[in-house]
Amino acid sequence: MEPLLDVKDLKTYFFTDNGTVKAVDGVSFDLYEGETLGLVGESGCGKSVSAMSILRLIPNPPGQIMNGEIIFDGKNLRTINDEEMRNVRGNDIAMIFQEPMTSLNPSLTVGHQVTEPLEVHASMKKKEALVEAVRLLEQVQIPEAAIRAKAYPHQFSGGMRQRAMISMGLSCSPKLIIADEPTTALDVTVQAQLLELMKGLTRDFSMSLIIITHNLGVVARYADRVNVMYAGRIVEKGTAEDIYDHPRHPYTLGLMASVPRLDQDTRQKLVPIEGQPPDLANLPKGCAFHPRCKYVIDKCRQESPLLEKVGEKHEKACWIDVRE
Amino acid sequence: MSENNSNQVLVKVEGLKVYFPVYKGALFKKKAGDVKAVDGVSFHIDRGETLGLVGESGSGKTTTGQAIMQIESSTAGRIYFDGKEITGIRKKDARFLRREMQMIFQDPFSSLNPRMKVGDIIGEPMIVHHLNENKVEYQERIAELLQMVGLNGAMIDRYPHEFSGGQRQRIGIARALAAKPKFIVCDEPVSALDVSIQAQIINLIEDLQEKFGLTFLFIAHDLAVVRHISDRIAVMYLGEIVEIASRFDLYHHPLHPYTKALLSAVPVPSPKVEAQREHIILKGEIPSPLNPPAGCHFHPRCIHAEKRCILGGPTLKEVAPNHWASCHLLD
Repeated sequence: MEPLLDVKDLKTYFFTDNGTVKAVDGVSFDLYEGETLGLVGESGCGKSVSAMSILRLIPNPPGQIMNGEIIFDGKNLRTINDEEMRNVRGNDIAMIFQEPMTSLNPSLTVGHQVTEPLEVHASMKKKEALVEAVRLLEQVQIPEAAIRAKAYPHQFSGGMRQRAMISMGLSCSPKLIIADEPTTALDVTVQAQLLELMKGLTRDFSMSLIIITHNLGVVARYADRVNVMYAGRIVEKGTAEDIYDHPRHPYTLGLMASVPRLDQDTRQKLVPIEGQPPDLANLPKGCAFHPRCKYVIDKCRQESPLLEKVGEKHEKACWIDVRE
Repeated sequence: MSENNSNQVLVKVEGLKVYFPVYKGALFKKKAGDVKAVDGVSFHIDRGETLGLVGESGSGKTTTGQAIMQIESSTAGRIYFDGKEITGIRKKDARFLRREMQMIFQDPFSSLNPRMKVGDIIGEPMIVHHLNENKVEYQERIAELLQMVGLNGAMIDRYPHEFSGGQRQRIGIARALAAKPKFIVCDEPVSALDVSIQAQIINLIEDLQEKFGLTFLFIAHDLAVVRHISDRIAVMYLGEIVEIASRFDLYHHPLHPYTKALLSAVPVPSPKVEAQREHIILKGEIPSPLNPPAGCHFHPRCIHAEKRCILGGPTLKEVAPNHWASCHLLD
C-alpha cells in the first residue's frame, strides 16, 4: 500500500540576522491511511515547522523550504501551483492549532466561520452551509449547536473553541488532520474529552492524524507511530510500543526519565537531561545532542549519525548502542 | 486539622473565602454578584511538609496561595502562620511577614524585572528586609545564592533576557531564598518550562527543601508533577477542596468522583499502562465561579449524581484516617 503522506529529506531553513536557523534539517517520515502519528519534541525542535512545511505555510522571507519531497496522495506538494495548494488545504488536509482564541476571528460568529470553508471548498449555498455547520458542531459535541452557532468566539470556553476549530477542520472531510499542540492550552479533563473525540472521528471516517505535542503521555494513548525530534531532526522513530517500551536513543531515554509519572510510587529523584536545548542558528558539530548526552564518545563530536534500523519499524540516529 | 500537635503546624487556613465583586453598568455601577474564587477552604501544612494543591483553571488554587501570602485580601476565614493569626494584618506588618514567606511564580519571563541586573533582583529582598547590610557580605550572599540554584556566580551583572526559561526560573528561586524564608508558595513553577528542564527545577526545589527544611505549598495543574513532589495533596474544584489525602492514598484510593476523573485524565507515557487504565471522560467543563451550580458544585458533571447532590452541598469529612473528602455518596 502506498502511504498517504510521504515526506522525504525535508529541509526548512530560516534566514535571520543571527544566521541561518536550520529549523528542519533532513526529516523523512510517512503516514498511512487511518494512521495516527505523534511528532514529539521540546520547543524549537522543528515539529511545528515540519507541519507548516507540509502545508506550505512557511513565511517567506525569512523561511524557505530548501530541499525535499512532500508526496501527498500522489501529488508532490512542493511543486503544485498555488491554486492547487489552496485546494489541498482545507479540502484534503486540515490543520488545528494550539490557540483556539487566536485562530478564530473574534468579530464573526462561530457558525459563520464554520460555513466559510463549506462555501469556498464544497461550493455550498449559504443556507445549505449553515445547516451543515450545525450538523458539524453537533458532531463535535457542542450542546445546543443551532443556538451556539450564532455566538461569537469569546462566548465560548477554551474547550468549546477547540471543538469549533475541529468542526471547521472536518467540514470538507479531509484525508489528513494535522493537530499542532491541540490540547496544550486546555485543562486535563477537557484535554481527555478532545483527544477521545478526535480519535473517534479519525476512526469513524478513517482519517489520518498527525498530533504534534511536547507531552509524551498524550501520544502514548493515541498514536500508532511516534517520531521523536531534536534540533530539527528525527532522532528516533517507531511504533508507540518501540518508543515507550524499548527506547534506543539517549534523548528519548532522557525524556522518559525526566517526566514524573502518575503511576510511579517511589519518590525517587527524576533524572533530568542536563544543559539546555541548542541554539538552532549555531548547532554543535557532530550529533546535535552530544553536549547533553551522557553516553557521548569522540565520534559523536565529529560526525552526525543518520537514522538506522534497529527493529522492524524502529529506527534511531545514534552511534552508540544504548538499551535500558 | 488536629489541634494537639499545633507546634508542628506552620500554616493553617480555616474557612477561607475570597470573593471578587462583579459590577454591572458603566455609569451607575450596581453590584451584580460575587465571583467566589475561594469558598470556604480549610487545611494545614506541617513544618517541612509539601502540600500539593491541584485543580483546573478557575478552581481557586492560585487565589488560595495569594490569600496566604496576603497579596489578595480574604473575605472571610482565618489564616495562621507560625502560630499567629495573619488575616487582616496591616500592610506594614505584612512586609515583615514576607521575609518568612516567599513566592515562586509561574512565568519566568514576566516575574523578573527586565531592567534589573540579576544580582539586584536577587539582592532586593535583602535590601528590603535590611539583611546583609555590609556590602562585601551582600555580594558574597548573592554569589552564594546563585551557586545554590546552579548558576554561575559570574552571571551577577547580566540581565534576565540573557537567560533561558529554566535559568530564569532558577533566578526566581534564588530571589525567593534570599531572605531565608520558612515557607514558600510555588505557583505552577514548572508549567512554562520544557519537559527536560522541568525535571531540573523539580530536583532543585526538592534539594533546597531538604537542605533548609523549607515548607512548601505547591500549586499546579499537572497531577503527575504534584504527586511526585508533595507529601499530601488537596484537590480543588470551583473554590472548594473536594479531597485531601496523602500522595499515596490519593492515587491508590481516590474517593471523590472528581479526583477519580482527574487522575484518569492524566495520560501516562506508556501505551501498555494506558491500554489497561480506566478512562473516565467527564461531561462538560468547569462552570463559572460567578454562578456555581446549586448543591454539590460538581453534580452537573458527575456520573453518580443523585437528587441529594442537587439539593445540598456536601461537607469535607474525614472518611479514613487523614483522608478527607466531600461527597454525599461517601456517607
